[in-house]
Amino acid sequence: MSATTVIQRSGEDAKAEKALGLQLPFDLVLVLATVGLAVCSLLTIAAATETDIPGSPDYFVIRQLVYFIVGGGLAVFLWRTDYSRLRELKYFLYGLLIVSILTVIVFGSVARGSRRAVDLPLFSFQASELGKVLLVVSLSAFAIDMTRRMADSRTTVRLLLIGLAPAALVMLQPDLGSALVFVAITLAVLFIAGVPWQHFAAFGALAAVAIALSLAVLPAVGINVLHSYQKDRLTAFLHPSETSGSEGYQQNQSRIAIGSGEKTGRGSGATQTKYNFLPEHHTDFIFAVVGERWGFAGAALVLSLYALIIWRALRILTVAKNLYGALLAGGIVVMLMFQVFVNVGMTVGVMPITGIPLPLMSYGGSSLIATMLAVGLLQSIYAQGRRAAMSQGRVLQFQ
Amino acid sequence: MIDPLDKTPLRSIGESPLTPQLAMRVAMLGAIALVLFSIIFFKLWFLQVLTGDQAVREAANNRVRTVAVAAPRGAVLDRTGQTLVENRPASVMQLDPAQLPAETRAAAATWGQQMTTWARTPRSKRGPQPKVPEPSSAALKQRYAKLASVLGISTATINQRVVQQLAQLPYANVRVQVDVTTAVRNYLLERPGQFPGVSVDQIYVRRYPGGVGAAQLLGAVGQVSPEQLKADSFRGVISGAIVGQEGIERSYDRYLRGVDGTKSITIDAAGKLKGQRISRETRAGNSVRTSLDANLQRSGEAALASAMSGGGTAGAFVALDPRNGRVLALGSAPTYDPSLRAKPIASQADYERLFGEAAGAPLFNRAISGAYPTGSIFKPITALAALDRGVITADTTIDDPGVLTVGAQKFYNAGRQANGPVSLVRALQVSSDVFFYTLGRDANPLKGQIIQSWARKLGLDKATGIDLPGESSGTIPDRAWRGRQNAKELAWEKQTGKKCPPDCLYSDKRPWSVGDNIQLSVGQGDVQASPLQMAVAYSTIANGGTVVRPHLGLTIESETGRQLERIEAPPARRVVIDPRYQKSILEGLHQSTLGDGTSADVFSGWDQAKFPVYGKTGTAERPPRPDQSWYAAYVPSATKPIVIVATVEDGGFGAEAAAPAVCEMLATWFAQPSSCSAGTSRTR
Repeated sequence: MSATTVIQRSGEDAKAEKALGLQLPFDLVLVLATVGLAVCSLLTIAAATETDIPGSPDYFVIRQLVYFIVGGGLAVFLWRTDYSRLRELKYFLYGLLIVSILTVIVFGSVARGSRRAVDLPLFSFQASELGKVLLVVSLSAFAIDMTRRMADSRTTVRLLLIGLAPAALVMLQPDLGSALVFVAITLAVLFIAGVPWQHFAAFGALAAVAIALSLAVLPAVGINVLHSYQKDRLTAFLHPSETSGSEGYQQNQSRIAIGSGEKTGRGSGATQTKYNFLPEHHTDFIFAVVGERWGFAGAALVLSLYALIIWRALRILTVAKNLYGALLAGGIVVMLMFQVFVNVGMTVGVMPITGIPLPLMSYGGSSLIATMLAVGLLQSIYAQGRRAAMSQGRVLQFQ
Repeated sequence: MIDPLDKTPLRSIGESPLTPQLAMRVAMLGAIALVLFSIIFFKLWFLQVLTGDQAVREAANNRVRTVAVAAPRGAVLDRTGQTLVENRPASVMQLDPAQLPAETRAAAATWGQQMTTWARTPRSKRGPQPKVPEPSSAALKQRYAKLASVLGISTATINQRVVQQLAQLPYANVRVQVDVTTAVRNYLLERPGQFPGVSVDQIYVRRYPGGVGAAQLLGAVGQVSPEQLKADSFRGVISGAIVGQEGIERSYDRYLRGVDGTKSITIDAAGKLKGQRISRETRAGNSVRTSLDANLQRSGEAALASAMSGGGTAGAFVALDPRNGRVLALGSAPTYDPSLRAKPIASQADYERLFGEAAGAPLFNRAISGAYPTGSIFKPITALAALDRGVITADTTIDDPGVLTVGAQKFYNAGRQANGPVSLVRALQVSSDVFFYTLGRDANPLKGQIIQSWARKLGLDKATGIDLPGESSGTIPDRAWRGRQNAKELAWEKQTGKKCPPDCLYSDKRPWSVGDNIQLSVGQGDVQASPLQMAVAYSTIANGGTVVRPHLGLTIESETGRQLERIEAPPARRVVIDPRYQKSILEGLHQSTLGDGTSADVFSGWDQAKFPVYGKTGTAERPPRPDQSWYAAYVPSATKPIVIVATVEDGGFGAEAAAPAVCEMLATWFAQPSSCSAGTSRTR
């Protein structure tokens, strides 16, 4: 690789490398965890969708593999570029974010009552998925510009507005899950940027009031903020025994699927998946397929791979060469963590159904490519941070 | 500048952004991540390791359904082993009610309630029959239309069958068509997507070879009702199973139905079949061998039909073995083809046409459930009571001037015919009413109401205990009975505030009078009995005091004909009949078929020497209707004695309709040439 030639330019370089404990220009653990999840994803989708389309058992696997390859290519490209350049593009990227969501709202195809994607010739593009990464990149850039006035509450409000505007638009699709991811990203960027605790406390109080309003007060006067299916999901989650509708059914079937996997899984006897009792088995509920087919062992392995990614991402946050990198890493960490927790939580029954995909596992090009972009960004931050540290070391050596 | 692109304004070049504050916040993120992962891990541990086995069971319940496999029902045989009822396999196209819209099911339930109310309303007061609700949606109508074109029946018929069956059994599969052809079956099964909820299953339907009739006696099968499921007699029967609902099918259902098997079928979430295996083998039902004689039964049905050709509207016959109460033949007219009820009836209108009141209510088994005044065939009971109490002796002569005057009332013979001085034998031979009126008058003041008590001893006024459902107990009127009727009428008038109309079912609020007893003595007035009860009474007189329990079932046999169980029907009780009295009465009965006896001309060609007939005509007055014709006969025989009672509603005099029918049956039973002719006697 060309990057390594730079490092191995001189003996001093190699020494510095050893001193810093950095052998490679990319985070190997992160790469391995990502590839591991990609393999898990392909295996699980293969198992889950074997009989979904008669005559072409590999339909979904092949597509997912293509998405991985495309996503991987994009990740490599991002890794080789300096993420700091993205700061200059913040207006363009933020504009792209808003416009793409609006496009979906206006022209998107309706699937299950909401417009989330635009049908393109090769695949349907889900704007909110790419939007998650776009928001991390652009919001972090805006935050950097205001970083001197971080203690000012107006700064916090401005940043919140920038982050919550796309969240509100996504709510209109309606896609509550993605909107929540946007909120999580916004809070994460603010958190890493150093917004004072008091501001978070105030925001928390406001959010509590807003939730109370939208769930209790406004419906009472006839304004419904949440859609009825969203309320059903909440009800199904809070009172699983009282609902016999599809929401309670899905979560119950998912719980049965995971539970029936026991310690080592049911292998090809995974009837919950095979006989379609488990809904959305290759997308939102893919974790339940893992749990049923490969049991606690498989589920724990997948979770561990996620834990590795989170750990590496947090570590990359700390070695970023500048605050922008730290903000990006922080946003990405929370974006992944939130999605993993909400999705897996949904399948095991500790979270309500929100329709958030499991990053890198769920079938779907938009989510997969967006997540691969995020991984590429992390690698870029790592590589840049490493280079900065190395040059710092060289300066030290010359002094 | 090492990195010219880095324009971070806050920090100098190369400076790590990791301030203590940021480090703290990163640590917090790490802590949050740890907590979230822990929650998931613990939940996973709980679900998969701690309670995994429970989920395995739930997953199995999800996909495995247990469905019943109907056991083939046992056959019903006659006394010689000839098959009366058996099974034949049939393909039935069924519709799963769960695949119908909720509105359709609700509409069917509402319609069912309306129909019940309508059917309960008296004919004169009820409006038009409630209309069967249309399919609740255009989509459903289309589904019906598609099915209809495949099955070759009308959409309306499908709708009607669905609604009717849903109203009766809301959760059972709807039988849309029995006997679908193989081609139709394959067509439907190859296109499950086009015909949601449609299945074609093999069932057994009842088949009636031999054409012996006996429709009411054999009965019918039908889906078990929710009430029946709770009853002890249907223990082990599952919802939707076919059980006996009427007749022999009902009373011996326990043996006939066998044990349904179960089949475990594996389905996917859409309910599509993925595999199946037998989890419990079916056990075929056992056969019931009955005492019925197929020949005699056929002959009885035919004789009754021809007896009714002279104006009769309905009728019944019962033939018993007087030694043990075995039912040799039992029929009711009008009747129907029992195989009609093995399949769903197309519509309520069709049902009414075939089985309604206008068709003579053919489902009603008049032989056991009919309650009629018996006319003169009651006279032997009166005679026995009078002899036993000493009101008369066998030689007592009573002058019969054609009328008996009691107070202001005059009681006449039929046609006011005068018979002169008659003894008991003669009185029975010519059916002198005045003779028996006199006994009724003289018995009335005696203690213990002897005629009534003898009638009860001989099996009237209560069910005989035959092994068929729906038997009537009839009425033997006495003082207490009349008191109860009067009380009922008063209570009714008090409750409604209206006066009981003349046709009020209760009474006319008069006390018991000698007139009532006089009417009873000749089987008129308020007395009511079924042909079966009269057959038991005659059997008792014929056998000398054993009140037999009439029964059809003889043995339970396995599929292969091995006898598994004997059905015992011990006599209800014994009564003491002085053989001298029995002899006198039998002598009178025999004389009535000889010389100038009331049925002598009917048996004019009969070989009385070989098969002496002890018979009695009866003509019950049922104003405003025409008279009801009765005949009771006993023919002794060392090997095959028989008692036959027949009646023809609106058939006229006993000798006219019922007696020839009995004669024909006797000819069949004893393999004699048919020489019967309608009698001309105008007596009661």
